[in-house]
Amino acid sequence: MNLRRDVFQAIADPTRRAILLLLASQAMTAGAIAANFNTARPTVSKHLQILSECELLKSEQNGREIYYQLNPSKLKEIADFIEPFRDMWDVRFNKLEEIMKNYKDK
Amino acid sequence: MEKKTKIHAEEGKQEILITREFDLPLTLLFKAYEQPEIFEQWMGTKVLKWENRKHGSYAFETSHDNRVVFKANGTIHEFIPNEKITRTFEMEDSPFPVQLEYLSFEKITDNSSKLLMHIVFQSVGSRDQLLQMPFAQGINIAHNRLQEIATKLI
Repeated sequence: MNLRRDVFQAIADPTRRAILLLLASQAMTAGAIAANFNTARPTVSKHLQILSECELLKSEQNGREIYYQLNPSKLKEIADFIEPFRDMWDVRFNKLEEIMKNYKDK
Repeated sequence: MEKKTKIHAEEGKQEILITREFDLPLTLLFKAYEQPEIFEQWMGTKVLKWENRKHGSYAFETSHDNRVVFKANGTIHEFIPNEKITRTFEMEDSPFPVQLEYLSFEKITDNSSKLLMHIVFQSVGSRDQLLQMPFAQGINIAHNRLQEIATKLI
């Protein structure tokens, strides 16, 4: 059994996606990241650990602080640019179509 | 399932074009954008403000486990039923600049229609960065939700 963290599973979580979004422009410490969420600090640490394990984040020691930042090459690997974006809209629009077909039937 | 949504993003341009044909009459397609309750359903979000008129604005937020994980808002510049919506789109608490969106709705036949979404970004860099973000993994949630709905129907 492969116990390696699965990247796609890692980013299926909305909080982890929110963390990636937060780190899109700057490196941040775990504390600064956690301040953006209502969730407990250990929960955020766990998320950071998972994202780091699958190399979506890089961390850098700076004095006593550890700064987290995105690993762009890994992100690019997942995204393969446009396909996931297209997929997202495709799923949304499929849903729209489904809902409106039922709406028509009412 | 066949993927009906097409994305056109030319290299070095600060815009993208999303097109989609629907097996829906034009009026029903537009209604999905006009009625906040319906928009909430297919976007899996909660509408906070919804003013479909020139100089109106809109805002919505998406939660997961009672926590808000995504917030967005914008201003409406044009709202012409069954024809077009021109609006801005801004993701709150994110470094991404405001986008300008031109949505055109077209009739194909009595039972089919087409949506054309033209998004203009602040720069080529901001467009590419957005496309590279793994937002699409949100589809897992959408898939799960669809699965749930489908399972209940059986």
